[in-house]
Amino acid sequence: MKRHLLSAADLSRDDAELVLTTADEMRSLADRPIKKLPALRGRTVVNLFFEDSTRTRISFEAAAKRLSADVINFAAKGSSLSKGESLKDTALTLEAMGADAVVVRHGSSGAPHRLAHSGWVRSSVVNAGDGTHEHPTQALLDAFTMWKHLGESKPGGLEGRRVAIVGDVLHSRVARSNALLLRTLGAEVTLVAPPTLFPVGVESWPVETSYDLDGVLPKADAVMMLRVQRERMNGGFFPTPREYSRRYGLDARRMATLQDHTIVMHPGPMVRGMEITADVADSARSVIVEQVTNGVAVRMAVLYLLLGGAEPAVGGEE
Amino acid sequence: MTSYLIKNASILGGAPTDLLLEEGVIAQVDTGLSAKDAEVVDASGLVALPGLVDLHTHLREPGREDAETVDSGTAAAALGGFTAVHAMANTDPVADTAGVVEQVWRLGREAGHCDVYPVGAVTVGLAGERLAELGAMADSAARVRVFSDDGKCVSDAVLMRRALEYVKAFDGVIAQHAQEPRLTEGAQMNEGELSGRLGLAGWPAVAEEAVIARDCLLAAHVGSRLHVCHVSTAGSVEIVRDAKARAAREGGWSVTAEVCPHHLLLTDELATTYDPIYKVNPPLRTSRDVEALRAGLADGTIDVVATDHAPHPHEDKDCEWAAAAFGMLGLETALSIVQETMVDPGLLDWAGVAERMSHAPARIGRVADHGRSLEAGQPANLVLYDPAVRRVVEASESASLSRNTPYAGMELPGRVMATFLRGRPTVLDGKLQ
Repeated sequence: MKRHLLSAADLSRDDAELVLTTADEMRSLADRPIKKLPALRGRTVVNLFFEDSTRTRISFEAAAKRLSADVINFAAKGSSLSKGESLKDTALTLEAMGADAVVVRHGSSGAPHRLAHSGWVRSSVVNAGDGTHEHPTQALLDAFTMWKHLGESKPGGLEGRRVAIVGDVLHSRVARSNALLLRTLGAEVTLVAPPTLFPVGVESWPVETSYDLDGVLPKADAVMMLRVQRERMNGGFFPTPREYSRRYGLDARRMATLQDHTIVMHPGPMVRGMEITADVADSARSVIVEQVTNGVAVRMAVLYLLLGGAEPAVGGEE
Repeated sequence: MTSYLIKNASILGGAPTDLLLEEGVIAQVDTGLSAKDAEVVDASGLVALPGLVDLHTHLREPGREDAETVDSGTAAAALGGFTAVHAMANTDPVADTAGVVEQVWRLGREAGHCDVYPVGAVTVGLAGERLAELGAMADSAARVRVFSDDGKCVSDAVLMRRALEYVKAFDGVIAQHAQEPRLTEGAQMNEGELSGRLGLAGWPAVAEEAVIARDCLLAAHVGSRLHVCHVSTAGSVEIVRDAKARAAREGGWSVTAEVCPHHLLLTDELATTYDPIYKVNPPLRTSRDVEALRAGLADGTIDVVATDHAPHPHEDKDCEWAAAAFGMLGLETALSIVQETMVDPGLLDWAGVAERMSHAPARIGRVADHGRSLEAGQPANLVLYDPAVRRVVEASESASLSRNTPYAGMELPGRVMATFLRGRPTVLDGKLQ
């Protein structure tokens, strides 16, 4: 693997499969009496969050702690956009503290890339979501969840599987990372959205696109619903929330058209009643809570592979 | 005043010729000239061009003297071969009164590196709400003829119409920064496949083209002069080409256009680095646009190369892309980039360069003493340029107070060896005098 994880495109198929199999080992830890490994003892992981995201931050924190790393949470209030401390000065501070890995969440696309390539820090940089660009560990945990359900937890398990990603693709870093990673893993991705919520140039992405949710659902092996953010509702991207729900929301009627094995996913946080109804979110097909559990295992795998080096993560009994 | 005898200069790329500069004018142009009191400048192998005229320079003074001053900016201009620059109005305070334009004009005279022609704001405070006192600026000592809200678009159609009409009283021109504001809210880079992939908000070509089309129609309707700043898309070139054909048929109005060196050379692919040294407004476009701009400049659809020299302090570029300022340096590299993109590929000869970088901008800006031919009796404003050398651009070598050049580390052809302003060298042996 490369030294940084900035984009799902940084992962080759071998890299991605390695993360999945490593995460599978990490997850098995949860069944042990002692849920902690010494792999990153003495290493420092900084969670640098310029945007509030309690769930992602907690997930990374749990992952690092289970690997015995020291964790520093750094909630930077405001970016240099709002004339707070600049990204550079924050980075220099972390460098001075001796961070081995910086997990960064930032509202500006490319901020983790800048952090990794500007010579400000020597640590590994993990993108925990940047602007409307990417969120590669979310894509990895989504892929892991699909791989457990649809891929028999085996390398190549997602080959040919059909994944529908539905909603605000334009502003979604989750959609970008998922499209890239799932393609790398051999799955076939269909993005579904109203035309106003597709990015310009999406036709050059390695995916299918559709405006018609009902046409896509019966063929899908996994359906991932994306959150529609409140500010988009007033942005003129669609006439009303009600019309959006009617055309692109997943409700019980639409869920009934899915194949028996098809799973329903959501990266969270959900807007119940908007893109997904409560009965779907709480149904037996929903793996939404499992995604959260898998998030910790996948992030353990990523931190371990970026920092830990060659030796196996999960050895004999300690 | 010292006289200068320039020996064996290749005027517009022609045969070696001597020029004698005396008392601020070109006294003689011939071969085998001698003058016993004159200082001799050996110009063998150098191309002589009329002093370059920039229609689009940001000198930042008053207000952002940390980025550039009139003194430092005009020093950079002289080193780039310019003898006149038009200083854009988006200073702090905005150049929207006679007082501010006279201050900038006076600072230019005191610095003495090149002539400074202040551009007046079209609207008060660049706010796009009501006309600034355009007449007062025109009548001031600065004799303003070019008016622009550059950095912002005069997007209100009625206001643009009034501005175009009003400046007819003193033969002014409205230089429009064509950017439909609603289509470019939060825009960061060219809208296309790359902006979608990089997750950076797109600046669509149509936001430029729609305003240019409207403004051409308005200029035709009221019979005025429109100048389009920094044309950046293939579609804009097409619109300007059509409008010029119509203006030529109808008479009574005109449209001119400029292109920036960076839009002739660089493309949006550079945004993949997320390094905001490449962030500029209008944004870097695609290679297809670059080709169309070069073709448009070659066939005269685009009249002028203008630098849009936009200095910014280091901290405004040493950050994440969205937080960074728009703009890049341009004065010291403009001629080299025109050689690289236009002359060396055979799209423009040196006479064409003189037209696009000196004669045409001087005509559009109504600048009498610049953009003249290198003939006896004309003001001695000229540049001697060595097209044979190649150099690697070093940001630290710039005379600008800022370092935001996108060309650092890039090898470019050519070097300005001397610049003369009214017979006095502002640059000699490649060094500021």
